[in-house]
Amino acid sequence: MKARLLKTSAALAVAAAMGGTTAHAEDLTLCWAAWDPANALIELSKDYEAQSGNKMHFEFVPWTNFADRFLNELNSGGKLCDLLIGDSQWIGGAAENNQYIKLNDFFDKNGISMDSFIPATVVGYAEWPKNTPNYWSLPAFGDVVGWTYRKDWFAEPKNQADFKAKYGRDLGVPATFAELKDIAEFFQGREEDGKKVYGASIYTERGSEGITMGAMDVLYSFGFKYDNPDKPYDMEGFVNSAKSVAGLEFYKALYDCCVPPGSSNSYMGEGVDAYESGQVALQMNFAFTWPGINTNANVGGDKTGYFANPAGPDGDKFAQLGGQGISVVAASDKQDAALTYIKWFAQPEVQAKWWKLGGYSALKAVVEDPGFATSQPYAQTFLDSMAIVKDFWAEPSYATLLQSSQKWFHDYVVAGNGTAKEALDGLVADWHATFEEEGKY
Amino acid sequence: MSEPMARRIASATPSGLAHRIRGLSDRTIAWLFVAPTIFLLLAVNIFPLIWTIRLSLTDFRTNRPNNPVKFVGIENYKKILTDVDTWTSLQSTAHFLIWTIVLQVLIGFTLAYLINKKFRGNDLWTTLIVLPMMLSPAVVGNFWTFLYQPQIGLFNYFIEFFSGTDPASFSMIGEVNLAPWAIVIVDTWMWTPFVMLICLAGLRSIPSSIYEAAECDRASKWRQFWTITIPMVLPFLMLAVLFRGIENFKMFDLVVQLTGGGPGSTTQLVSIDLKREAFEKWRTGYASAYAVILFVTVFGLASIYVKALNKVKDR
Repeated sequence: MKARLLKTSAALAVAAAMGGTTAHAEDLTLCWAAWDPANALIELSKDYEAQSGNKMHFEFVPWTNFADRFLNELNSGGKLCDLLIGDSQWIGGAAENNQYIKLNDFFDKNGISMDSFIPATVVGYAEWPKNTPNYWSLPAFGDVVGWTYRKDWFAEPKNQADFKAKYGRDLGVPATFAELKDIAEFFQGREEDGKKVYGASIYTERGSEGITMGAMDVLYSFGFKYDNPDKPYDMEGFVNSAKSVAGLEFYKALYDCCVPPGSSNSYMGEGVDAYESGQVALQMNFAFTWPGINTNANVGGDKTGYFANPAGPDGDKFAQLGGQGISVVAASDKQDAALTYIKWFAQPEVQAKWWKLGGYSALKAVVEDPGFATSQPYAQTFLDSMAIVKDFWAEPSYATLLQSSQKWFHDYVVAGNGTAKEALDGLVADWHATFEEEGKY
Repeated sequence: MSEPMARRIASATPSGLAHRIRGLSDRTIAWLFVAPTIFLLLAVNIFPLIWTIRLSLTDFRTNRPNNPVKFVGIENYKKILTDVDTWTSLQSTAHFLIWTIVLQVLIGFTLAYLINKKFRGNDLWTTLIVLPMMLSPAVVGNFWTFLYQPQIGLFNYFIEFFSGTDPASFSMIGEVNLAPWAIVIVDTWMWTPFVMLICLAGLRSIPSSIYEAAECDRASKWRQFWTITIPMVLPFLMLAVLFRGIENFKMFDLVVQLTGGGPGSTTQLVSIDLKREAFEKWRTGYASAYAVILFVTVFGLASIYVKALNKVKDR
């Protein structure tokens, strides 16, 4: 009885601390992608419901339709979502078109400091214009592309011996992309656990963003740059530099040599399927997939290891940023109530629970905790990867820019049309035309 | 209706209203009846069409509602018609359209011809054959991706059984030279029964007396086929071609599920291209112009075709 009384008092105290902005209980709808972390968020949000009295509803859409569905919602001024965990690249468009509310005043009033979040996630998920203190989201879910590998296959003495005989070094976590390709080639067509297996699962999806998210990991590490650092939007010689060309050629070579048959349209789900069914030795995927893999009966636990993107030819290491920030939708009639959710979500203890449930917190207090790196087998890799992130354009015209890269990369890598140089030249021309329409020149 | 009931209904009508209705001409009453339909047509067909034409002359983008909308004249039309990607998509669409129609007509007519013969289990076979067209295109697209899967897909094993080719050595939806045929095969599998049903209706509408007369004249089966069956089924066949042609020109769901327009842009039909322009790149003005061009193309071709169909029917 005493404990219950204490709990009730605590809940009331938290509700009072939340500013009392909600005079009565509200029904709030949070929109996000339909994936494992979303289930964790439902679980986490039960605490918010108990404390605030507000009722949470969730609208989750599969990744392949995620952008279509919610950008349509934002563009049409729809009131479906009060809170939206939108992709990092949407921030420019949502900010410039007043589709998210600006959170600076709210953060100041409630003592939420962006300095307490991982810097890359603040720039990537919250700021527009980039690198300015204008915040439109609270970093909600840190994510980044990295790799999983079959630790058990790597450890097999026969594999070790055969690999050493062929490549003159031990079979282990690759330090460079060239080494990664060697390993993928080594496993391609090899027999493991009594069946034929393949080298690597990489992103090749055409429809939404898959092949771009995959190819960019290699391109960044090979020397690709979006534009001239001294002259924004000047892309000639940066996007299509000799280093970028080499990077794209490498990605195609990896696709040609080492993926399982039928991998021409593979993204996060297909990658997980290929890995968990024991088809591949290496898997490129976003970090959000790792908790599921870790507990998988076939490949989980000691059978799997994790590593951040290896280095390119010049030693550069970068990784494609994923993840999202949580924003309040400007068209919502329940902005005040929605803000109480963000305030609650930003609390360190909520963020700590978020990580425990499988959500990747971007709060420094969580990830810099001494116990964090060893709390899960993939935690250190997550930290290593988050330290080397780069993101795709976050301009208001990002969707057009993304469709161009999807087309050119898929045309070259999967369909085998033209050369890498032609693909990147074509990409520069398309991106230039898009920025020209946007009045950037 | 019995006399007393009619009288009761008449007496129940308020005299003022009865007088007013009595004062209306037949023409006015007819207009009153068709007005809701006309209003609905104007609201859901004509108004959007006019609005689309208007948008096609602007640079409007749905995702930039705050930007001033600029009138650009026929600039969007010029861009589309000079864009290599548009013509590539049109080529992919033409390949899909022509081959699906050819195969569906040939197989559909053959099946109808066979089903039209009286044999045991005729009805069961008809039911089994028409099953694919009862499924949702999204479902069909989804399960054919599994059938085409090189490692576990039945299709590849079927090919291996007949040719000895390693099933994992080719991917129907992942290779540039195979993907256009992969979508043709699935559409043919799904929609041939539709063509078959129309042909069957045509075959069953031919009076048996004509064949009996031909028999009396000692016409061979071959001659009967070419001079009676084909000419009399032709209008039905042409109707089937019209339906399938219009449907496949705007084919979207099945192909998106199967290939997503890939590999590269190999199976990016015009409808997929249009959707990407409208709802992924959000170039609303440009996409409107694209839609108008496609509408005019389908409408123009269909009009010419309907005229030809009428001529055949009149023969």
